[in-house]
Amino acid sequence: MTDSSWGSGAGFPYAGAPRTSVGRQSDDLDEDPVIRPFMLTNGRTQPLHDGLRVETLLRAEPAALSAPLRFESRRIVELAQSPMSVADLSVVLRAPLGVVRVIVADLITQGFLAVEKQPEELSTSLIERIRDRVRAL
Amino acid sequence: MSGRSREPSAAHPIAVKIVISGGFGVGKTTFVGAISEIEPLVTEAELTERSIGIDDTSAVAGKTTTTVALDFGRITLDEALLLYLFGTPGQDRFAFLWDDLVTGALGAIVLVDTRRIEDSFPAIDYFEEHEIPFIIGINRFTGAQRFNPAEIRDALGVSAGVPMVECDARNRESVKSVLVSLTEEVLAKRATRVRAESTW
Ligand SMILES: Nc1nc2c(ncn2[C@@H]2O[C@H](COP(=O)(O)OP(=O)(O)O)[C@@H](O)[C@H]2O)c(=O)[nH]1
Ligand SMILES: [Mg+2]
Repeated sequence: MTDSSWGSGAGFPYAGAPRTSVGRQSDDLDEDPVIRPFMLTNGRTQPLHDGLRVETLLRAEPAALSAPLRFESRRIVELAQSPMSVADLSVVLRAPLGVVRVIVADLITQGFLAVEKQPEELSTSLIERIRDRVRAL
Repeated sequence: MSGRSREPSAAHPIAVKIVISGGFGVGKTTFVGAISEIEPLVTEAELTERSIGIDDTSAVAGKTTTTVALDFGRITLDEALLLYLFGTPGQDRFAFLWDDLVTGALGAIVLVDTRRIEDSFPAIDYFEEHEIPFIIGINRFTGAQRFNPAEIRDALGVSAGVPMVECDARNRESVKSVLVSLTEEVLAKRATRVRAESTW
């Protein structure tokens, strides 16, 4: 694995170029190009909202559907009519997690999205339920 | 101390995260793929320098970007309970992703290839340090010499308290049973803690 296979050699690899050379060391199954991801966020890489984990579930406010939103934000609001995780959104939108986080955080700040509250700690019965459901898969 | 405990519902589901870890080639992608209901993939891009001025697009164009594809699996356990699996990428290069992936995890599975036991050390160290419940999944690769569990435990340097199970990441039933073992370990850890608390 040469270092140059790790994506970055010539500047910003996402500026419209197909991402073809993620190293074998990673689990690269995706051959699709990722287009200008941080352009979607006006170049910001730091979300305006802390605590957005990969599995954090988001739910859109119904009113958000009629808000004048840009394409990606609109898609998120549509997708999150029922709870959707940050990671799921990343897959559906084919956008990197970091980008999805920034857009999601903006939508939360604007009141269009809400984080689906989670228990601070899972109850024993919930863990048992997870175990039993996995067993029954 | 547990917080608000509410019953999850279809309208308000709960997301649970389990992390799959271990060295390169140990079977993480295979493991997630064996059980996930979606393609095991998320693309990730992070800037190596995180301090970028707000609204400064020109700055971004010149930054070095690291990309990594993450193993990502989703299993709908029931209408109110979602299980997410995340594979951890190489810790040497992608350490900055680990905290993000591991924070809030129910527990972790460290896969071990007995031909390269030492590849699993960083993951074990990490979970021990962060007090994440974890179990060891021993993958029996073809051609690998058979070691007995005590030898493997010794080589891994994990205490007798850490469960070790056999695993074939290509086999869905095997993957299921490893996940079940992890939930048992989480329950066992909790029972120990509750006992300790109640002796005060
Ligand atoms: N014999 C055996 N082979 C496996 C097992 N898990 C994965 N493999 C094979 O090992 C190779 C590497 O697996 P992969 O899942 O890509 O490893 P990763 O780098 O940890 O994601 C693949 O060819 C798999 O088919 C296992 O449990 N037993
Ligand atoms: Mg892999």
